[in-house]
Amino acid sequence: NPYAGLVSHLRASWLSGKTRPMEYRVAQLEALGRFLDDKKQEILEATELDMGKPSFEAFFSEILLCKNELNVTLNNLCHWMKDEHVDKNLVMQLDSAFIRKDPYGVVLIIAPWNYPIHLFLVPLIGAIAAGNCAIIKPSEISKNTERLIAQTLSCYLDTDCFAVVTGGVPETTRLLENKFDYIFFTGSPPVGRIVMMAAAKHLTPVTLELGGKNPCYVSDTCDVTNVARRVAWGRFFNAGQTCIAPDYLLCTIEMQEKLMPALREAITEFFGPNPRESPDFGRIVSDKQFQRVQRLLGSGRVAIGGQTDEAERYIAPTVLADVLPSDPAMQEEIFGPILPIVVIANMDEAIDFINARPRPLALYAFSCDSKIVNQVLERTSSGGFCGNDTLMHVTLTSLPFGGIGNSGLGKYHGKFTFDSFSHHRACLHRNMGLETLNTPRYPPYTQQKLGLLTTTFEVKRRGTCTLL
Amino acid sequence: NPFAELVSHLRASWLSGKTRPMEYRMAQLEALGCFLDDKKQQILEATASDLGKAPFEAELSEILLCKNELHETLNNLSRWMKDEQVDRTLAMQLDSAFIRKEPYGVVLIIAPWNYPIQLFLVPLVGAIAAGNCVIVKPSEVSKKTERLVAEALPGYLDKDCFAVVTGGVQETTRLLENKFDYIFFTGSSPVGQIVMTAAAKHLTPVTLELGGKNPCYVSDTCDVTNVARRVAWGRFFNAGQTCIAPDYLLCTIEMQEKLLPALHKAIDDFYGPNPRESPDFGRIVGDKQFQRVQRLLGSGRVAIGGQTDEAERYIAPTVLVDVQASDPIMQEEIFGPILPIVVIANMDEAIDFINSRERPLAVYAFSSDDKVVNEVLERTSSGGFCGNDTLMHVTLPSLPFGGIGNSGLGMHHGKFSFDTFSHRRGCLKRGMGREPLNAPRYPPYSQQKFGVVQATSKVTRKNDCTLL
Repeated sequence: NPYAGLVSHLRASWLSGKTRPMEYRVAQLEALGRFLDDKKQEILEATELDMGKPSFEAFFSEILLCKNELNVTLNNLCHWMKDEHVDKNLVMQLDSAFIRKDPYGVVLIIAPWNYPIHLFLVPLIGAIAAGNCAIIKPSEISKNTERLIAQTLSCYLDTDCFAVVTGGVPETTRLLENKFDYIFFTGSPPVGRIVMMAAAKHLTPVTLELGGKNPCYVSDTCDVTNVARRVAWGRFFNAGQTCIAPDYLLCTIEMQEKLMPALREAITEFFGPNPRESPDFGRIVSDKQFQRVQRLLGSGRVAIGGQTDEAERYIAPTVLADVLPSDPAMQEEIFGPILPIVVIANMDEAIDFINARPRPLALYAFSCDSKIVNQVLERTSSGGFCGNDTLMHVTLTSLPFGGIGNSGLGKYHGKFTFDSFSHHRACLHRNMGLETLNTPRYPPYTQQKLGLLTTTFEVKRRGTCTLL
Repeated sequence: NPFAELVSHLRASWLSGKTRPMEYRMAQLEALGCFLDDKKQQILEATASDLGKAPFEAELSEILLCKNELHETLNNLSRWMKDEQVDRTLAMQLDSAFIRKEPYGVVLIIAPWNYPIQLFLVPLVGAIAAGNCVIVKPSEVSKKTERLVAEALPGYLDKDCFAVVTGGVQETTRLLENKFDYIFFTGSSPVGQIVMTAAAKHLTPVTLELGGKNPCYVSDTCDVTNVARRVAWGRFFNAGQTCIAPDYLLCTIEMQEKLLPALHKAIDDFYGPNPRESPDFGRIVGDKQFQRVQRLLGSGRVAIGGQTDEAERYIAPTVLVDVQASDPIMQEEIFGPILPIVVIANMDEAIDFINSRERPLAVYAFSSDDKVVNEVLERTSSGGFCGNDTLMHVTLPSLPFGGIGNSGLGMHHGKFSFDTFSHRRGCLKRGMGREPLNAPRYPPYSQQKFGVVQATSKVTRKNDCTLL
């Protein structure tokens, strides 16, 4: 077990209590902030090399959003760490009853390649804030970013408590043989299953941020221009390699006719007549992924784009029309710059289509009629939901980010990250004296004692509360 | 797959939306209350037959505590169900951002035999409150209660949405082959691993309420009489078959000398000179369990009790001294009416002893000195904690009940049950218009656009907040 020494070193550090004081956690978090500031240029360059990520996008997703999470945490940590005092019953009025936030211990964070800084760093913020030690396993697919993290992160964080482990599937498998106190995994559902089964051997709690096909329903009553821009933005950001990207569009044949020119116009506005020459459009991360995505182009009919260049791993911003549910593009998460349109007759059909499939990470609905947006929200189930836009719901640190069913379990962002990595320990501190308060509970049991206990313990039913 | 049809029937009911309206959930919960009222006598009789549970104890744990959870939920459900509005950034001031609580779908609750009503009913309250359909799998070991639940409960709940499945290991294994949307398991750690592994195949989130050896540290400064009574009560309630019972005592040799006569007196006060004749002392649930617990009597030296009767599955309230860490009784959770005392030199040794073992469901510390209680709390890790008493922390619905590490993952009771069985869906609803607000995020990217994006979405660092 090549990692046993590392894990036990981190566990010893945790048991020493080193990570418990707030000052320590704040210092580590501020060091993470300096990492983002000092290494900004290197991060932009590495992510550009790895997947042609435009600097603007990298700055936004890998730096700005991470600094937001850092600042939310630093601004609120002392408040989050405090014991939460809770309501007490009659018998415990003189006692102290509170919830203490304890760290789990040594946590493992496994990150994917598409937002390679963000998707390890944001969980790491919560893990540190909650007082844990952490091993970070960045993705080997985003090679340049992996190297950057492995070489520089340890200069910023306490190496007794935080470590980076690199490698591929064999290394991750060996790593997962160890007992961790929490595992945070972002990646695909099949690998999520493997991680959860490994976690089960040690009864390790997990958060799994997975994926799926995020449906995007566009009703007949909408502003076509705005819809086209918002959907195109969400689909083609990072060349489509976003777990919450709108994966496929559902609309009527009439709406498809209206959307097509609007989408064409949006794409031209964003990336110019030849997106391959735009500095603002990314590339597919690897040959294997490129070939996988390229195969999906055979679905339906290419209405916009469709050009590819294997040497550059370029796939043009593409819209496919006349796509059938049985087509290849509808069998897997696309994770590329292709937007299939599946025609349905009406909203009910769209909702049935969505509900017949695994529950996605995100669900999008566009309509000028808020009743329609609300109906789609009410009658479907997904990790998160955004009406009349794409992606934006995950930029709010006050909203929990997580999946349901195949798209994952658990949640994070903002305080939810801190809570994910904290054990909420119920604490009751009673008086050594006041023994007479306890006598009704002791044998020998009598009806009178039971009556007394009932009076002091019971939670009474109040009058009917107002309906929603 | 013998249960496939049942699961798919329940899933169809859930998809129909039947369980969503608050009125429906309240009606089912009120029906559960009627079940407890109407069947109270049968519940007392069944649990008396299954494990010699004293009616007083059954009324307290199987009726009163359950009704408290029901009332707490009925009193607060409309509030818990409401969408939670959240803080928004500058860019989203005109949008609606909220967390919606949604059911998972079809949940499975597997309950053990020691508190056979409470340990399925309290989770069930949360599952119903959150809008789920449920399969309840009571323990086959508490046979009479299993039959009562299987025969009576369906008469109170909507059969389209709630079902009881009976059986042993084979049936449970077949049941676990099905895809559930949440699994709530209370039982032993080894079976918890099996359940989590089965859940992992379907990426099903779980709560596992497991067990362990709950240490009870008694410092040299305490009121020996009170300590003895509180510890004896916690240890011998339900003949020791309580997941949060104090499993073993840690104290100095001097304290042991003082505690023994006090424990003797407490046991005598509670059960009389011959506890076998007391109507207030329970029996071991089955022959297999009886033999297992009886074997543990060989550890150390019997200081109090030690008598057994196989025909009655009676084991006397027993205290063992001179127990070594290597003795059989220190290798497994006792789950019987035996209290071993392990002598340590001082508090630091006690804390080291606790920390070198699996993290328990509960840690108990007795001291007249608050600083000692606080140190034990600070320097150990456990599901829950109680200072100067045993068991009582789980009677407050406002405190979360759950384990950590080997003692479990997840939590419930009160609002925590509702939260456990709810998916918190992050929702953002934006306007169809106001497109200029979005313009800065679109390509072609520019420094100026980035400045605007940053200004409208960044979270600034506030001044250092007050230290804890």
